[in-house]
Amino acid sequence: MEFYIQQVLNALQVGSVYALIALGYTMVYGILTMINFAHGDIFMVSTYLAFFFSTFFLAVFSNASPLLVFVSTLLVAMFGTALLAVLIERVAYKPLRTAPRISAVITALGVGLFLENFMVAFKPVGPAPRFLPPLIPQINYTFGGVTVSSIQIVIIVVSALVMFLLDTIVRRTMVGMAMRAISWDKFTAPLMGIPVDRVISLTFALGASIAAVGGTLYGMAYTIDPYMGIRIGWWAFISAVVGGIGNIRGAMLGGFILGFVEIFTPVFLPSTYRDFVAFSLLLLLLIFRPTGILGRPVAQKV
Amino acid sequence: MRRAATFVLLLLGLSLILSACRPAAPQTIKIGVNAELTGGIPVVGESCKNAAQLAVKQINDAGGLEVGGKKYQIELVIEDNEDKAESAAAAAQKLATAGVLAMIGPNASRNAIPAAEVAESVGMPMISPWSTNPKTTIDAKTGQPKKFVFRAAFIDDFQGVVAARFAMEQLKTQRPAVLYDVASEYNKGIAEVYKRTLEQNGIQVVAFETYTTGDKDFSAQLTKIKDAGADSLFLPNYYSEVPLQVQQAHKIGFTGAILGSDSWGNLELISLCGTECEGYFFTTHYAPDIATPKAQAFIKAYEAAYGKTPDDVAALTYDSFGLLFQAIQAAGKIDRQAVRDALAAITLYEGVTGNMQFKGTGDPIKSAVILQIKNGKFVYFTTANP
Repeated sequence: MEFYIQQVLNALQVGSVYALIALGYTMVYGILTMINFAHGDIFMVSTYLAFFFSTFFLAVFSNASPLLVFVSTLLVAMFGTALLAVLIERVAYKPLRTAPRISAVITALGVGLFLENFMVAFKPVGPAPRFLPPLIPQINYTFGGVTVSSIQIVIIVVSALVMFLLDTIVRRTMVGMAMRAISWDKFTAPLMGIPVDRVISLTFALGASIAAVGGTLYGMAYTIDPYMGIRIGWWAFISAVVGGIGNIRGAMLGGFILGFVEIFTPVFLPSTYRDFVAFSLLLLLLIFRPTGILGRPVAQKV
Repeated sequence: MRRAATFVLLLLGLSLILSACRPAAPQTIKIGVNAELTGGIPVVGESCKNAAQLAVKQINDAGGLEVGGKKYQIELVIEDNEDKAESAAAAAQKLATAGVLAMIGPNASRNAIPAAEVAESVGMPMISPWSTNPKTTIDAKTGQPKKFVFRAAFIDDFQGVVAARFAMEQLKTQRPAVLYDVASEYNKGIAEVYKRTLEQNGIQVVAFETYTTGDKDFSAQLTKIKDAGADSLFLPNYYSEVPLQVQQAHKIGFTGAILGSDSWGNLELISLCGTECEGYFFTTHYAPDIATPKAQAFIKAYEAAYGKTPDDVAALTYDSFGLLFQAIQAAGKIDRQAVRDALAAITLYEGVTGNMQFKGTGDPIKSAVILQIKNGKFVYFTTANP
């Protein structure tokens, strides 16, 4: 029993990160019907922002409280990553908005490759894996046979909080309403006085800052390197598709489903089956429910 | 038509004259290095490159390498294999076409094995400094030793046995567990030998868990290992992944002993681990703190040049160059086949990583050392002889 509780906790930790990144895919798709394949690499850049800021911050204020260190790192990473995403949107995607959709997807892949290789070539980053400095002290709590670390708790709780916040923004604010309006009908929305360009930029900024929350949390638990965005990006993308791409709650659900696939595959099967199970899930879903679990089927207007 | 024919003839004549003008023999010897400069284990590539440049600089500063009564300068051609099997093979191909006399590297077995296939097929002598997987020097089809492939390191059949004996005798393990990268030849090979050796001695491995290169989350496997009641954990994985595994093992409350292999032997491991790897043991090639005079001279020169203690990759790369230089001199001419024959004829080489004996294959017989991580340093613990 403890064994399974422990594994569920492990799955929640991994799933939280996937869910946070999947949100960025799903939001951009919802508004532009474009898959931003650079998103995984934007996530990677955010972990480096967190790495450099926290290293600098801890060097200057070595006795700052863990809460201050954590929150300031989170905010700096979110702001920096949002800025980067808006810049990418303006430079690489906006000129292609009227071009065929495939052009934008290929551009996105190019932006991703650019970010990866730039980070490898950029001397202060380089190809070596790194750990973030400890933002919060690691304490293990043991209940029965189950061990939970403080970092695990922070990852799960902060992710849940951010997801709740985003859900509220999208459902209850004017900005959220504008986003939903554009995703509903992007030709009528500007006629209703919605500033489409600004809302699109804001969507990119929001998606990237949520990825930055994921990045900072991820960096607290795992090593970071310039190529980490590839695999995590793919898994988050599958999460978004499984949950129903374009649907925010679907992305969250999909993230946790993929987290459970990642952890529970090696429990029952050899670990090499992990990607096989994940991609089979994707294929089955695409065959039987192409719009994902929570996605609603849309009738194409001719 | 006629004009074209004249033109071609003219060109042919010109090229003949030009080729006649070239000096009869090259003044330099080109040696290739095929190293993991980027990718998952960049520090390995860097150590390899540093040691290669040091070895070559020492020879060149001394006036060059004397071959057949003539002094030659050595020229290095360094290729990055990105720590990928396909790039390692491509880099070997590129070096072969660039006309290098021999190739040093790759280091990791997952890269050395495909590169060795290329070296063998084009007939270019290759010495892998750090690859310990038996398949590097064995032809997969015939099961016979490859003719052109040599190495400076011991093989995993030996290392796995040393690690298993250490686990039984020093760690007194009763319920051993293993977590290894199933997609990487080195990790897989050594994990299997370790398991086999323990089981031959009547100790059952309670958990034999796998992951795939590049994974960052091992919590599922580690939870299984803890659940199986393991009292020791063997992690024959690369230094870039071990700190994560150790940290995650601690996070889920694993308290047993942890043991590693020569892929740990990089100071990067300690900087990534912090204090989490303190007290753990691993098997490796050489220990700087019990160095012979020859090794001490190397360590001093390396420290003067790069400001850090050479790790095992650096020491083995240096030995690979030593072996190669000796073979080129013995061959007496700049010819791949002759150098290969001379390499195969070496029976004993005194390297900075100890004495290497060759018995008709490309694999040296040499002793292993076991190091312990103590106060953030690798400290000599014991030696295991073949």
